[in-house]
Amino acid sequence: MINPNKTRLRRTMMFLNAQKPSLIKDPYIYQPDSIMLDLEDAVAEKEKDSARYSLYHALQEINYRGVERVVRINGLDTDLWREDIRCAVAGGCDSIRIPKTEYAKDVKIVEEAVIAAEKEFGRPEGSVLIMAALESARGVMNALEICDCSERLFGIALSGGDYSKDLQTTISGTGVEFMGARQHMIIAARAAKVQCFDTVWTNLDDMDGFRRETEMIHSMGFDGKSIINPRQIPIVHEIYTPKPKDVDFAEKVIREIDEKKALGIGVFTVNGKMIDIAFYDGAKRTIALAKASGVYKGDL
Amino acid sequence: MEIKKPAAAGTLESSDCMVTVEPGENGIELDLESAVIRQYGRQIRKVTLETLERLNVTNAYVHMVDKGALDCTIKARVECACYRASGEKQENLPWGGAIQ
Repeated sequence: MINPNKTRLRRTMMFLNAQKPSLIKDPYIYQPDSIMLDLEDAVAEKEKDSARYSLYHALQEINYRGVERVVRINGLDTDLWREDIRCAVAGGCDSIRIPKTEYAKDVKIVEEAVIAAEKEFGRPEGSVLIMAALESARGVMNALEICDCSERLFGIALSGGDYSKDLQTTISGTGVEFMGARQHMIIAARAAKVQCFDTVWTNLDDMDGFRRETEMIHSMGFDGKSIINPRQIPIVHEIYTPKPKDVDFAEKVIREIDEKKALGIGVFTVNGKMIDIAFYDGAKRTIALAKASGVYKGDL
Repeated sequence: MEIKKPAAAGTLESSDCMVTVEPGENGIELDLESAVIRQYGRQIRKVTLETLERLNVTNAYVHMVDKGALDCTIKARVECACYRASGEKQENLPWGGAIQ
């Protein structure tokens, strides 16, 4: 059975160092859609063991109040990732984020370990989802096969730091270096019907730049953005909240299509725009997003 | 679990605690420093001793400097310090068993 959380709202996915109690004790107060408890890059090599104990007990004892709990495990090129998965699944995480994903087989390897952990710790099969971070040119080029390879995979995320290094460039702040990857990844994700998330914006002194970038990836179709600071959350949520005129239009489209379909009419106009069945799914998404954002109280 | 060598885990940052364990011979000796010892000292001791019991640590000197850690953090730091002090390999750990 498909896990209903696969398509949940993920506008903001906030990284938190799993080893830092002050960060992981109450991030829900900032109301991100997801937190990504990090066992990988944020954790110093000599604290990898410590981070796992911290993660396990936080997952077990802290009530994150509906915020999705994703765990970023260490890479498959380390000897850490298997125990990371056992710890995260035993603790009760919602999802596993695979770093440095390059091939579909990377996802399949993690999926096998997740299935084994679900059995070992008595969790229902399929309860733990997977997302894949693409951090290299190879990973981005293989985006479609990665998106298509597992029923558990809910999405892919661009990881800009490592990707820009692999591309032999630097992060400019204009997004030019990510242009191809972003376009390729969102197309692959949509083709496979999974979600797609943008990379972090690390310059916290340039919130205007952050806003511009978020507006751009929203326009491109991304489902959300990885974030590193609670200050970034309201900006992303504001941009992703449908405007009243869009909600109104979407509601009319859905109602008109339902009504006209019964009458055998395929093409008509709403607010002067030509509408047909192709608009239906988009209008449904707008209403779903408006509901999740708390700006739609209608009966659709 | 045998405490074979001195080891520590945690930090002195807010919401954390620093736990040091050393080999002992007279059961568990727990030395606690905390700014909130009057309010939470009993609870911190209880969580620490229960965690040591689950790990089957019977002889150790334990020094803890608490900086306002939640129970989940106290457990995590005590477990980590003990595993480090035991020298045991940290694979196939008993999540949900001795660690809970």
